[in-house]
Amino acid sequence: MNWTWFHKLGSPKWFYEISGRWLPWLAWAAVLLVSVGVVWGLAFAPEDYQQGNSFRIIYIHVPAAFLAQSIYVMLAVAGVVGLVWKMKLADVALQQAAPIGAWMTFIALLTGAVWGKPTWGAWWVWDARLTSMLILLFLYFGIIALGQAISNRDSAAKACAVLAIVGVVNIPIIKYSVEWWNTLHQPATFTVTEKPAMPIEMWLPLLVMVIGFYCFFTVVLLMRMRLEVLRRESRASWVKNEVKALVGNNS
Amino acid sequence: MNFLSFADFIAMGNHGVYVWTSYGISLAVLILNVALPVLARRRYLQDEARRLRREESK
Repeated sequence: MNWTWFHKLGSPKWFYEISGRWLPWLAWAAVLLVSVGVVWGLAFAPEDYQQGNSFRIIYIHVPAAFLAQSIYVMLAVAGVVGLVWKMKLADVALQQAAPIGAWMTFIALLTGAVWGKPTWGAWWVWDARLTSMLILLFLYFGIIALGQAISNRDSAAKACAVLAIVGVVNIPIIKYSVEWWNTLHQPATFTVTEKPAMPIEMWLPLLVMVIGFYCFFTVVLLMRMRLEVLRRESRASWVKNEVKALVGNNS
Repeated sequence: MNFLSFADFIAMGNHGVYVWTSYGISLAVLILNVALPVLARRRYLQDEARRLRREESK
């Protein structure tokens, strides 16, 4: 098998060039998909026969919760890649994705609380799904704090990678919490194996929003990573040239 | 369209407060997530520009 692409991926210069080409397309896709999804979900999707219009919160709650978990898995994968292959870019990805993941967890928890009030009659209950999501938020905080507390970059990268990998046990707990324990939280809306539990006119805008949120995450992650690459590689000649070109355009 | 009028749309069948708070705060968080890296990049490039000018004048 040809592994050159994998080694190229580790090259900050190659990453910087290719991400610069993808960024505008991804940004347009994110804006388009999220706008279509929001309008569709808020105005055109039919209301739920039990929950009425409060169910429309699903169109941000579910995509955010999806991302919150996916980003954490991504951190763990980046952690493994960083530890095993010593790829510098993996640590950049890990450090830059963690705050976005924390924000997504925050959105999921907040919209969940606001949705819970009219639906369950409570902002917060200490049930399995909600508690495990709160733990996810603290795991994100832990990784961010650890990365900032250790000044040696290699030690920080190692510590964060280990925490990301250990914390990943929380992800299946979140996923199956609605099945293993008795909870107020409703079961999964998206399943790969079964037909969606909601009518198609409710489900399609949700799909659009989920894809839109993934695009949004990619855009923000690439923006953050590109800046971090410029900072970390500031002594490389290609970065010096790039910064000079950018500065020339700005002034 | 699922709503008869604009007022109906805003009211969201008595759930307006919940729906609009959720969407409002989430939108603010999304904008913040885009704005922070954009501002950080601008600040970094300004600092670099200043540094480059200093080096040239030496």
